[in-house]
Amino acid sequence: MKVTIDNITIEVEPGTTIMQAARQIGPEVAPPAMCYYEPLKASGGKCRGCLVKVTAGSEKDPRPMPKLVPSCITQVQEGMIVENTINEQVLETRKGIVEFLLLNHPLDCPICDQAGECHLQDFSFEHGVSKTRTVEERNTFEQVDLGDHIQLHMNRCILCYRCVYTADQITDGRVHGVMHRGDHAEISTYIEKAIDNDFSGNIIDVCPVGALTDKTYRFKNRVWFTKPVEAHCDCDKCSGNVTLWYRGEEVIRVTGRKNEWGEVKEFICNTCRFDRKKTSDWTIEGPSKVSRASVISANKYGANTIKPAFPIKQAAEQYKKIDDNRDRSFLAPQKQLN
Amino acid sequence: MKILTEHINVPGIETIDVFRKHGGYSAVEKALKKMTPDEVTEEVKKSGLRGRGGAGFPVGMKWSFLAKPEGVPRYLVCNADESEPGTFKDHYLMWKSPHTLIEGMIVSSYALGANTSYIYVRGELMYVVNILEKAIQECYDKGLLGKNILGSGYDLDLFVQPGGGAYICGEETALLESLEGKRGNPRNKPPFPAVKGLWQSPTVVNNVESIAATSWIVNNGGEEYAKIGIGRSTGTKLISASGHLRKPGVYEIPLGITVEDFIYADEWCGGIREGHKLKAVVAGGSSVPILPAELILKTANGENRLMTYESLSDGGFATGTMLGSGGFVVMDETTCIVHNTLTFGQFYHHESCGQCSPCREGTGWMDKVLHRIEHGKGREEDIDLLVDVAKKIEGNTICPLGDAAAWPVAAAIRHFRDEFEWHIRHPEKATQKGAVFMREGASWTK
Repeated sequence: MKVTIDNITIEVEPGTTIMQAARQIGPEVAPPAMCYYEPLKASGGKCRGCLVKVTAGSEKDPRPMPKLVPSCITQVQEGMIVENTINEQVLETRKGIVEFLLLNHPLDCPICDQAGECHLQDFSFEHGVSKTRTVEERNTFEQVDLGDHIQLHMNRCILCYRCVYTADQITDGRVHGVMHRGDHAEISTYIEKAIDNDFSGNIIDVCPVGALTDKTYRFKNRVWFTKPVEAHCDCDKCSGNVTLWYRGEEVIRVTGRKNEWGEVKEFICNTCRFDRKKTSDWTIEGPSKVSRASVISANKYGANTIKPAFPIKQAAEQYKKIDDNRDRSFLAPQKQLN
Repeated sequence: MKILTEHINVPGIETIDVFRKHGGYSAVEKALKKMTPDEVTEEVKKSGLRGRGGAGFPVGMKWSFLAKPEGVPRYLVCNADESEPGTFKDHYLMWKSPHTLIEGMIVSSYALGANTSYIYVRGELMYVVNILEKAIQECYDKGLLGKNILGSGYDLDLFVQPGGGAYICGEETALLESLEGKRGNPRNKPPFPAVKGLWQSPTVVNNVESIAATSWIVNNGGEEYAKIGIGRSTGTKLISASGHLRKPGVYEIPLGITVEDFIYADEWCGGIREGHKLKAVVAGGSSVPILPAELILKTANGENRLMTYESLSDGGFATGTMLGSGGFVVMDETTCIVHNTLTFGQFYHHESCGQCSPCREGTGWMDKVLHRIEHGKGREEDIDLLVDVAKKIEGNTICPLGDAAAWPVAAAIRHFRDEFEWHIRHPEKATQKGAVFMREGASWTK
């Protein structure tokens, strides 16, 4: 099947979604995904961050679709033409979505463990605006302990339902879910029961924000000071393929391995995640591949390796407006980022 | 011309014997004994009957979309989760004459080939659930439900399921989720219920009033039904009239009477309460755009506005509204539109399921901003902010609740912007008890 996304045509299998097709083309055209998570069935369609404009439904019926469609759950048709980042309406709507997601978000990135690997940060950095229009008080929730290993900060949650699907699909018996409705909805175990099973730790990995945090890692470090290393062990519960996060010689965190879209490749068990924190527990394979766009790469491969050209350009525009005598020669075109 | 409510005030009409004396269940006999399911569907198609729950989608067409794979059960689900503020017609019909609905359910289930059907009733109406269950038991006793109905070889089991009282469960896919025993979150579409509905089987979800009308259509023929009404708005419609009227209540009107007649004629609502004037009308339940007096009586072209799907939506949202579910809320000049909009805003804030972000956050945001304006803490830029937030919700959500929350706010500002501005600029006056802005030269200003 032929589908055109942002003027790039690609051949895909029938049944592919617009999101999957866009990801096959590459990160430049892939819509942001806050709730969609490929390994989890039925995820997606909720955050509306990936809405795109379909300017031609298919070759047979080339009419445009009247509304923006969620690319993560819309299957491509032969000859479909999709506009993502080249469509004004899409970008404008995304600004709105960022605004909605941040409306009741505490913006406590400086003390949040997820900062640096947070999908909401990335999303708002790329598609949001720097100003807020709200003056209302934010909705707040109490922090909740979900057992020995997991802490829930409901304030940060964007209700993507990923952790609910994870518990449904990879653990035996889900004990948490979404309670209440609307903006007072919350992730909860109802009466603060513990989530206790061998694979519960994976809900931390799938959480796109800092709502579910690893208690063995909380406040230990910042992501950008750590070094991810691929390792495996002989585990009787899971594949044992993990990423170890080092600070110096110390393993401060263990997570599942993630692909370039931030999705876990293989879910790991709680023993690997929470109890095996010594290098001697593991067979080291080598350093993980770190994207140049990641905060971990920042300042490590020469200055200005962070790629997203759009926000950098925006920052440069803002910077130019500051009226003082600072040296601005580095903003000149010849030194612009590639 | 009355179709649904002809015998509604007959004493004992809720019992099967009295109901049958007045011609009840003749449609079941006719359909099951003399007609094939396709013939019933054909009659409903000919009637031009449109969905009475709000969207107005032709019922016959909806039925014909139902997928019919071999060996897979099909379901008919009656949406009796009537929770739209301003709408109370289904409640009235089920409470007074439960057999009218059950007769329609049997006929419709037969047409669709469903052997199990459900009536999903709003949780607050527990006594209606009891009335329906009693009526269903009567039908089982008389052989109108169960195995081999009236010797025709057709089996049907009918169940009543009370909901938990959530507005969102009136959205058809949320209703199906709830019926399956899950949290009432709307599903992403496609697939539509006609392909994958209840328990992943093909399902038709229809409003109480639509289903109830099918038995008359079977008895008298679709063409006869289509003679009532104007153009594509055929048949009769139950209107729940409320607000500052002399005679509020549920009226069965033939579609096509003028709005002016409906409000002022003695046959219907009998005019605005003594000594007051019409200011605004919400014509189809809280989610449709509000219209000021001059636009509800006449369209922008100066034609008389009629009680039809087409006439009410004449002029789009700029100068028109929608027939919706027929929740006709009338307001006189003592009504503060800002306060009214806040009430609607609070409702949608409370009822948003919280699944998709624009609706979850947007409804809460609009509620908070409206609350500030109403309580004298509004800012000039809040009006445009509300318009923009409404625009960002509209069309970007999983289900129509987002639209339903955005439209009333956008429409109130479109037609009554001066009232919002007055609230913001004169908070000391606006926050006084009973204070209402009087637009200079408006028809409702004394």
